[in-house]
Amino acid sequence: MPPADWEPVIGLEVHAQLLTRSKIFCGCSTAFGAPANTQVCPVCLGLPGALPALNRGAVTMAIRAGKAFGCKIAERSIFARKNYFYPDLPKGYQISQFELPICDGGAIPVPQADGSIRKVGLTRIHLEEDAGKNVHAQNGSHVDLNRSGVPLIEIVGNPELRSAEDASEYLKALRLALIYLGVNDGNMEEGSFRCDANVSVRKRGATSLGTRVELKNINSFRFVRQAIEFEIERQVALLESGGKVSQETRLFDHEKGETRPMRSKEEANDYRYFPEPDLPPLVVSREWLDSVQTPKLPHQQMAELSAAGVSTADARTITADPRLVDLHGRIAAAAGKEGARRAAHVVVGEIARAVNEGALDLGAPKFRPEQIAEVFRLQDEGTLSSTAAREVISEVIQTGRAPAQVVAEKGLSQVSDEGALESVVLAVLEKNPAEVERYKGGKKNLLGFFVGQAMKELKGKGNPGVLNALFKKRLE
Amino acid sequence: MSAPLLPLSALCRAFERREAKPSEALEASLRRIARIDGKVHAFLRLTEEEARSAARESDERRARNAPLSALDGVPIAIKDLFCQRGVETTAGSRILAGYVPPYDATVVRKLREGGAVLVGKLNMDEFAMGSSTENSAFGPTRNPWDLSRTPGGSSGGSAAAVAAKMVPGTLGTDTGGSIRQPAALVGCVGLKPTYGRVSRYGVVAFASSLDQVGPFAEDVRGAALLLQAIAGRDENDQTSSSRPVPDYATALEGGARGLRIGIPAEYFGEGLDPEVEASVRSAMDALGREGATLVPISLPNSPHAIATYYIVATAEASSNLARYDGIRYGHRAQGPRSLIELYERTRAEGFGAEVKRRILLGTYALSAGYYDAYYLRSQKIRTLIRRDFEQVFAAGIDAVASPTSPTPAFKLGEKIDDPLAMYLNDIYTVPANLAGLPGISIPCGFSRAGLPIGLQLIGRPFEEAALLRIARAAERAVGVPARELPL
Repeated sequence: MPPADWEPVIGLEVHAQLLTRSKIFCGCSTAFGAPANTQVCPVCLGLPGALPALNRGAVTMAIRAGKAFGCKIAERSIFARKNYFYPDLPKGYQISQFELPICDGGAIPVPQADGSIRKVGLTRIHLEEDAGKNVHAQNGSHVDLNRSGVPLIEIVGNPELRSAEDASEYLKALRLALIYLGVNDGNMEEGSFRCDANVSVRKRGATSLGTRVELKNINSFRFVRQAIEFEIERQVALLESGGKVSQETRLFDHEKGETRPMRSKEEANDYRYFPEPDLPPLVVSREWLDSVQTPKLPHQQMAELSAAGVSTADARTITADPRLVDLHGRIAAAAGKEGARRAAHVVVGEIARAVNEGALDLGAPKFRPEQIAEVFRLQDEGTLSSTAAREVISEVIQTGRAPAQVVAEKGLSQVSDEGALESVVLAVLEKNPAEVERYKGGKKNLLGFFVGQAMKELKGKGNPGVLNALFKKRLE
Repeated sequence: MSAPLLPLSALCRAFERREAKPSEALEASLRRIARIDGKVHAFLRLTEEEARSAARESDERRARNAPLSALDGVPIAIKDLFCQRGVETTAGSRILAGYVPPYDATVVRKLREGGAVLVGKLNMDEFAMGSSTENSAFGPTRNPWDLSRTPGGSSGGSAAAVAAKMVPGTLGTDTGGSIRQPAALVGCVGLKPTYGRVSRYGVVAFASSLDQVGPFAEDVRGAALLLQAIAGRDENDQTSSSRPVPDYATALEGGARGLRIGIPAEYFGEGLDPEVEASVRSAMDALGREGATLVPISLPNSPHAIATYYIVATAEASSNLARYDGIRYGHRAQGPRSLIELYERTRAEGFGAEVKRRILLGTYALSAGYYDAYYLRSQKIRTLIRRDFEQVFAAGIDAVASPTSPTPAFKLGEKIDDPLAMYLNDIYTVPANLAGLPGISIPCGFSRAGLPIGLQLIGRPFEEAALLRIARAAERAVGVPARELPL
């Protein structure tokens, strides 16, 4: 940690691949993992004469993110060419947005440990195309252009973060929000969610910013924290020893846990941005803007769950995955009274366990929420003990079989009929005369003993409430 | 036998009346090419086999009286800037020598769908940069009227092939005059449509905001028929317009009565050859006798057009030509020791001098610290130039008339070492590109030395039908007498 008189200033730039089926400027598939150069056409190969044709689906996703984060959506935005040479960039320029991006301003809501929400401001969100990938092999370097032209949004955050921990929390919140919005899969390993960090330090109390360093290659939450922490310490040490931070791009080496220079400002590219003449200005009509729906964000779902009586801990677990939120909502709706709380127990308990054990695929669950509600009902009417109910739920979520069938097969239904239990109660009292005497003498807690004996006879299927009542009636 | 082909519109009529067959027309075209293209060098390559089979299919359709379009069976050749599936496409550059595109440009697809017979690819200045076709990496094209002279450029091959009656119609592109200027220098009709009227998809890009595809033919009617075949919205080119395409041939004979023709003072200034001026003025007078009113006008910002153009066009070109890096296709330098060296040597070896000059100019204009002074400023002047035209049209002018080129065809080698002199060839044509307007050049006479002279007409945006009608009226009024080519 830096000495207390230095303040780190951090801003993150996130590249998120949009979940469109086809690329941003052509009809090629965006599916990950296909054999090299099989999802390509003249446009994304940058062949002579090919021209971009904008995928409006990608624009809709950018609008959705912008609306959800409270950005101003530009009625008219401009695509621009970012010019540089690299083998994975087939046209020699990337089509991006520069002076007039589609989204301006806005903020990411970041939940804090104390349950409050911190809003971290955004500079902008813009649309752009991804580059391909250079692949270095023993027989030389190769280029795979399957990824060339995959749609991205770049989400540029304000330099409002003050620690590596801040940055990590911001990144987590942003990632989850994008998953909720259905615009990104949050997969850092496959590179569909990537982060660069701008880091500088300044004397605490200073109003101007220090010289910033851009950190690249920090594609996990752990690396983000490590890289930023290393960089803060490096800059502070440099400044304390009378040195100066130079504006540069540094790569994070996760094996050594350090950052090292990639290219200096002197060698920095001049990208020669200019408006893309092959694409007319992007005009977003009122109707288009209004037609884009924005689902609730994690912090909004969290607040709703709390209001419905779900504990904070359960609500946190549920909101970590929008599919759990969805399941919870559907079970709660089917369950009726007290549904939210009970559904939360199921989601956090049996469902989370089944997911962990690989017994449940949240993308394609086999059961219906109504089946869980049915189990609740069986429990309420006394047919199932709470233990048995949990067992039935576990079975139902893994197989989707009807609860009644599971109950019958496993013999889980409990005996609540007073007539059927009466004989067992009488038999227990008969066998234990000494205990009956002591009870009558005031040892009222022996009631549990009698119920336990009856349960033993009934192999655990007696309804404990009914048994309790019957014993009390006989003994008093 | 190498009888000249009929002009395009006459050939279409002959097909309709069964007086000619597409395969016969193709053979006539191929014979004429074989006889004279050794001298002219309009063609970079022929696609004879493909053409013969297309012509046979067309014969069949014509025999069944089921043509795909008016152009069904007409031999057409295209500038080597249009991607044609399976056919080498070089853009006149060594860097693309041997490059075979896997897809058809939209205009090529449209020609095929209309039954046109694609005969071959035509010579051009490298990447359409030039006004003489001398910048072709594969040798210059010569002017059929005087083999020691240039046919103009950059679509010099397209112009010369029509003028020498090797094919009745060709396609070219016009970024700063590359259709109109060569049409003027060889004495045929060349039309640059409104920016956005014809798809640029599959056309090797020079300057994206200026490039436009257009036809060459011997007469206005031929140009109208060809435009009909290629115009219209294309989803693959988002700068193409979805305005409906009218029937260009029907309105053609409307005459000049009541039309107001603007004569811009700025287009008759210093540098204009007196013979060209006299010929153009007499053509305008002829239009006046047909009932048009000649109105002196001013386009005060047009004198800035060349300077503006050489910022905008080179800036866009510097980016458009970045893809020729030796990584995926085209020329690649041998044995580079690093990636940077691969780029540098590939491009140094692959590009010619003029292309390099323009890439450098454009890169400079877009560089940090210069962008505002050059690129941004030139965009502002571009707006002013467009506004000049808008005002003139708003004041009731139907078309602006001027010389197409300040001089008749110049000698090969005469200007090749003087880029500024070469650039000034486009002084009257460039404004229409910057303003996105349709422009046409029609023959209006010959110089004493027997060289063709062209009249340029510039029309309102997307009003090609009106422009063609005025051009047709001028063509009839001027009545340039037929001359034998000295070939």
